[in-house]
Amino acid sequence: MKEIILPVAHVFAMVMMVFAGTMLAPAVFALWGLDPALLSFLGSAAATFALGALLWLATRRFKRELKTRDGLMLVALTWVALPAVAGFPLWSYLPINFTDAYFEAASGLSTTGGTVLSGIEHLPTSIKLWRCLLSWIGGMGIIVLAVAILPLLGVGGMQIYRAEMPGPMKDRKLTPRIGQTAKLLWAVYGGLTAACIGCLKLAGMNWFDAVCHGFSALSLGGFSNYDANVGHFDSVPIELVLTLFEVLAALNFASHFLAWSQRGVLAYFRDAEAKAILGVLAVSCIGVACFLYFKGTYAEFPTALRNATFNVVSIATDSGLHTQNYALWPIFAPMWMIFLSCIVASSGSTGGGIKMIRTLVLAKQANRELNQLVHPNLVRPLKVGGVVIANRVVFAVLGFVFLYFMSVVTLIFVLLASGLDFLTSLSAIIACINNAGPGLGLVGPASNYGVLSDFQTWVCSAAMLLGRLEVFTILVLFTPTLWRK
Amino acid sequence: MKIIILGAGQVGRTAAYHLSREEVNDVTVVDLNEDTLRDLQDRLDIRTVAGNAASPRVLEVAGIASTDILVALTNSDEVNMLACQIAWTLYRTPKKIARVRSADYTERDRLFGENGVAVDVWVSPEQLVTEHIARLIRYPGALQVLDFADGRVRLVGIRALQGGPLVGQELRTLREHIPAADARVAAIYRAGKSVKPEGTTVIEDGDDVFFLAGRKHIRAVMREMRREEAPVRRVVIAGGGNIGLRLAGELEETNQVKLIERDPKRARRVSEILSRTTVLHGDAADEDLLLEENIDSADVFAALTNSEEANILSAMLAKRLGAHKVMALINKPSYAELIESGSIDIAIAPQTVTIGSLLAHVRHGDVVRVHSLRRGAAEALEVVVHGDADNSRVIGRRIEEISLPEGTTLGAVVRGEDVIIAHHDITVQADDHLILFLTDRRHMEAVEKLFQGSASFL
Repeated sequence: MKEIILPVAHVFAMVMMVFAGTMLAPAVFALWGLDPALLSFLGSAAATFALGALLWLATRRFKRELKTRDGLMLVALTWVALPAVAGFPLWSYLPINFTDAYFEAASGLSTTGGTVLSGIEHLPTSIKLWRCLLSWIGGMGIIVLAVAILPLLGVGGMQIYRAEMPGPMKDRKLTPRIGQTAKLLWAVYGGLTAACIGCLKLAGMNWFDAVCHGFSALSLGGFSNYDANVGHFDSVPIELVLTLFEVLAALNFASHFLAWSQRGVLAYFRDAEAKAILGVLAVSCIGVACFLYFKGTYAEFPTALRNATFNVVSIATDSGLHTQNYALWPIFAPMWMIFLSCIVASSGSTGGGIKMIRTLVLAKQANRELNQLVHPNLVRPLKVGGVVIANRVVFAVLGFVFLYFMSVVTLIFVLLASGLDFLTSLSAIIACINNAGPGLGLVGPASNYGVLSDFQTWVCSAAMLLGRLEVFTILVLFTPTLWRK
Repeated sequence: MKIIILGAGQVGRTAAYHLSREEVNDVTVVDLNEDTLRDLQDRLDIRTVAGNAASPRVLEVAGIASTDILVALTNSDEVNMLACQIAWTLYRTPKKIARVRSADYTERDRLFGENGVAVDVWVSPEQLVTEHIARLIRYPGALQVLDFADGRVRLVGIRALQGGPLVGQELRTLREHIPAADARVAAIYRAGKSVKPEGTTVIEDGDDVFFLAGRKHIRAVMREMRREEAPVRRVVIAGGGNIGLRLAGELEETNQVKLIERDPKRARRVSEILSRTTVLHGDAADEDLLLEENIDSADVFAALTNSEEANILSAMLAKRLGAHKVMALINKPSYAELIESGSIDIAIAPQTVTIGSLLAHVRHGDVVRVHSLRRGAAEALEVVVHGDADNSRVIGRRIEEISLPEGTTLGAVVRGEDVIIAHHDITVQADDHLILFLTDRRHMEAVEKLFQGSASFL
């Protein structure tokens, strides 16, 4: 046990020390704006760095090259432990307990965007920035970032990459070196974020709001600087910009990179997932708009289309920004949005859920089974986008989907047992595990997760981390074989 | 450097391992077998592409357009040559190295180059391994014999044994022992650990000593380390595959060679090609056959079949039946380590023999030859120094003034036709070939930097 966890802890200590550096960004901001959270950030940064340094020194003796299982463990440890550290500034400055601080930080890092805070517009700017910055860092992956900037992870890099990047098929890298691939992904991510921030500024936001919402949109986080979320702005251009960048963030970043390096959009047409995602989103937006119009929720069709488009895209891509209290819409619309949040995001994107590629694989597998019944001797490979998917991958997808649904069902039962109503339990767990953000019922867009008890908050935090690491990476920690020598 | 390796066989995998360990190289491996590739990608920081190595589409996916070096190592000569040709014709890949086994191709010089098949360098692992074994047989007692400067200087690895005049003495007494010969001890390994060779170092019984010397002095130096062994006369080879056949052909003029081959058809074919070798049909692990063929009077028994397990067993059997020295061809490095401490005298690892000649072509600076030693932990290389005293950090300086990285020894200088054993007062001149020994190849980048010239030159 000691020999297994301590070498991983040694590397984690280094990640922690680097992470302490990111706390200096809001600290600088606080210094500039002279806001009262400055001491909290400086103190947290110092504490995080000191903890990391202590751990590093204490485990120095166990330093060794990481193996496959160490990679898994490092990713799991990082994601479970970092929210605690990232919650320090919130915990020390705001009148909230540790449970809520952990939830808020985990919600940021896992890009969920569900919050326990209210009166957000009255918070110091540095705290607002920190929430959105957490989303942004978590979006592309903490360890992927560490791989990009620290050459410390060496041979184990591929396993770590696989444990953190979403999607079933991760053997193809953009470049031969894992470190370079990570750098490229972060470059694309950073570039798109910068573009989004620029567009938001042009659309009428001030610089600070543009930066925070740019971080939220690209990471598909969902934190806003206002209680009313994006509804605060009530601006069509801002909604259009955010919708566009949310869709981009829900596509595979490898496709973005290819499109950019080839200076053309051909890469998207070759990406079967991208086509499916755009199709599903287009049909859903128009469908929900028509539904809302005919149900009489909105008297005019353009208003219905505007509200349907922004909120459907935002929830479906697991971002969680919103302009309307869609919980008040007839139940079909919000349920459909929650269903979309399970399947829409692409592998290799910053979104959560089952991912479109798995949905496609499962659909085709089901179709293959049906055909097999009619033609028992049928030979048909499973193809997605013209590429044959190996049976090994199909099995992995089946295993994943089973675990995913069992996790959802189990956690819903846990919340029900704790006394929550059905709609709240169901929507909270699905919204958390898909990293979407607001749910329905008590945790709907108009209220927040602050109403939950401590125990229920921890369950939701666990769901967010499970979803962000695609279940396997967390659950593998509970397999006895991992801990055996 | 961007490198594509075609073929994930023994040699391909070893090459990928060695090249990807160096931070500067981006390695992509292409092979037909996806399982092999997945396994490889789990262990190495490389990219893999599944598909036919000679297909332009597959090469494109592997990134041939921006590749600096293409290394074609599939088991088909034709695929390797075609892949190189495609890379050159379509993408102007600067350097193309191909494994070409068949002497049918390699003995026709005009086939490759300017107007022929676009292969810049061809390597034949079988040929290299054969030469390696032949050298070991010519220098009985040596664990390793490696050529530099076209064989004018050799690096010899030998286990020092009680009875050699230098054993138990300080290294600096070597000159007094053999005034006529000049040699330099490049490295000493004691119980697996490297010991820095200095004038006051005492050689102990059981040390593995690597020394550099001109070809004609080698025997004299070897005599210092252990009692001289009689030259090899009778050789028994097990396995008439590519290597066995070549080795028999090389040795049959000077030695009495017997070759045992299990497949009757192959035995017949081998006997047709060879003229003086006694070709026997039978199992090399058959005790009766070995006894009948007087294995007890054989000076060397070399087990060179395709199966390493069979090689180990037949070599052990031959040793027990009285063969003087036994060698076995072993692909797995871990096996090699296991058995060299046992009853088998020399384990020959084909990949480490081959990898050196590949590494020479991917090194920065003008590296003529690289030999990989001690399962890839150490490396010996021959570097040409270019430039003049102003832009080089080595030219015009005495050897004692050059700051070599830790664990590196400068063994010899080859100037034109002369071989100068490196003593501290020798001044390096432009276009000298320097022979270096690195006990820890992780310092390779520092060595490369040293010989690449100064910043102003870049």
